[in-house]
Amino acid sequence: MFKRIDTLIAPLVAVAFSVLFGSIILLVFGANPIETFIRMIDYASTPRSMTLILNSATTYYFSAVAVAIGFKMNLFNIGVNGQYRLATAVAALVAGYITFPGYLGIVVIIAISMLVGAAWAGIAAWLKVARGVSEVISTIMLNFIAIGLIAYLMAPTVLGVKTAENVIGTPIIPAGNRFPGVSLPTAPIPVYGMIFLAVALGFGYWYLLNRTRFGFDLRAVGMSPSAAVASGVNVKRMTVYAMLLSGAVAGLVGLPLLLGAQYTFTVNFPGNYGFTGIAIALLGRNHPVGIAFGALLWAFLDVSAQILDLTGVPREIIVIMQGVIVLSVVIAYEVTRRVKVRRQQAAVGSAGQ
Amino acid sequence: MRRIIKIASVLFAGALVLAACSSSEDTSNGGSEAEIKVGLAYDSGGRGDGTFNDAAAAGVDRAVAEYGVDVNEVEASDADGTPERAERLRLLAADGYNPVIAVGFAYSDALAEVAPEFPDTTFGIVDSVVDAPNVASLIFAAEQGSFLVGTIAATASKSGKVGFIGGMEIDLIKAFQAGYEQGARAVNPDIEIQVAYMGPAGDNSAWNAPDRAKIATEGMIDSGVDIVYAAAGGSGLGMHQAIAGAGGSAAGYWGIGVDSDEYVLPARAEFKDNIITSMLKRVDVSVFEVIKSVVDGAPLSGIQNFDLGRDGVGYSSSNPAVATLAGVADEYAEKIISGEIVVSSTLN
Repeated sequence: MFKRIDTLIAPLVAVAFSVLFGSIILLVFGANPIETFIRMIDYASTPRSMTLILNSATTYYFSAVAVAIGFKMNLFNIGVNGQYRLATAVAALVAGYITFPGYLGIVVIIAISMLVGAAWAGIAAWLKVARGVSEVISTIMLNFIAIGLIAYLMAPTVLGVKTAENVIGTPIIPAGNRFPGVSLPTAPIPVYGMIFLAVALGFGYWYLLNRTRFGFDLRAVGMSPSAAVASGVNVKRMTVYAMLLSGAVAGLVGLPLLLGAQYTFTVNFPGNYGFTGIAIALLGRNHPVGIAFGALLWAFLDVSAQILDLTGVPREIIVIMQGVIVLSVVIAYEVTRRVKVRRQQAAVGSAGQ
Repeated sequence: MRRIIKIASVLFAGALVLAACSSSEDTSNGGSEAEIKVGLAYDSGGRGDGTFNDAAAAGVDRAVAEYGVDVNEVEASDADGTPERAERLRLLAADGYNPVIAVGFAYSDALAEVAPEFPDTTFGIVDSVVDAPNVASLIFAAEQGSFLVGTIAATASKSGKVGFIGGMEIDLIKAFQAGYEQGARAVNPDIEIQVAYMGPAGDNSAWNAPDRAKIATEGMIDSGVDIVYAAAGGSGLGMHQAIAGAGGSAAGYWGIGVDSDEYVLPARAEFKDNIITSMLKRVDVSVFEVIKSVVDGAPLSGIQNFDLGRDGVGYSSSNPAVATLAGVADEYAEKIISGEIVVSSTLN
């Protein structure tokens, strides 16, 4: 019971603090904080904005789960950016050049994305277990290599095509390979169909962690590698599996946008969902439901930043608020952890007397 | 576990702070009750980036000064996909802004989606072509302007070696390189031209990596290059730093700027004495012309090619030192305008 409340208090305090901090900054800029927040909520509650929020949150969710799988095992997969960009680029090429019968295309494209993401993360995993290279270093470097590789693949002399003046990308994906969306009532644009896949992934992630031996081993290694070894867990093998799994999920990050709205991968395809995922995984405490709320909050802030910009409030306010949320959530967790430890120590101490 | 999370948070928070710092002020509302409301959607970086977006800002500032139009400026973030960019344009158009001008080819798909929804709004897009009756596609013959600064570089070079620093390695920038090389070779067929790009296609950091540009330029200088032309957005700063580090114009080293007239840019004041000229890509003229056309009641549409003949590109002569070198450039400019010389926009 206490544990439940502890885990809820920290993020709520963090959000409240960031609202407070954002208000102060708004006042400094000469804007009315209450008006500003009302305007954000007004804008966010139109059907179109709600669709945009759900769509962004879907993308963020995949990214945050990919990061969280690593976090659970003490692995810092900072390479989600590279993994999803490469996976999305390859998926877009396959989807753009090959027409499949029925829904086979979507299945094949998703499978390819996950394979490419896993393979790219697998390089870092191999380097770690075979050579002892920190995955933080190797995944960052692989991000750059992925960008170079994509640039090569997208060259008009290789596989890219000119989709607009000055824009090079993959051929427009035919209707049969697109992931169908579902519309909210009266919304002019559809919600990405992949949102259902995100929900399924969240459930699968929870099940894997809490109801399987694999998940138990994963958490055991994360908490104490030496204890895990002592109880017969093959840490190297778990490292490889966790990285492959993280990379496979990362491979899905770009697909909602690719198959649901953009239908082509261009060189200016958004490239930073991986870092957003790190923030949301921290915010959601690696918990499937926590991450969902984190992703929705983040998406709400991102979408409502547009209306702030239009009404003369610097959009950087939003970036500041996001930063404050992440920092304060970490601090809040640390504080509650220390309080808990002290409480335990006190309990042990008084029991000894 | 906790350690890693702490590292992650610090890294992340640091990145956010940097992001918030890098793109600062914007949004200057005209204030007065004007009939024309101009919506300007910048690419990431926005007003104050020192090159491309600032050039568009200069155009809109001129329109404010001459016609007293109202302006609202919004800006893209690096994380934007087509849906976010489309929403930005849609919000402007729905709010009654007309014209709505999208700065940068990254808005291509977004504008293609939004323009048909607002048939009575005039849209403009810089550096791209969107095929809709209410869109003015503003494209530039950057190769022609680059040809001219290429002739200046080759004339000014004592070593017979010149350099080119490109931003992202995409066709848009390769056109600058192509024109520059053709211009330099037209003056000196034996000239050696060293080329470095700051990142491959898709690497957004290529536009904002002055450290890389500095190292690349220093490498060129070490191998004898004395004139360097940078078409690299914010990375161009590194080229100027390296030129200054080598002794600058006093030692015979010159830098060539791009897009805006960098000799008079406050952001480049420190290096102005080493900036022999700049290749002007008159994004400001194109933005101004779109606004003017709406003010005049005859909105521009279709492909608007801003070339040398239309003063859409050129070189700047605000540094008096260029006067002795510019004769050659002016000769070639006439030949390009008359069609005697055709500058190719692609490398061969």
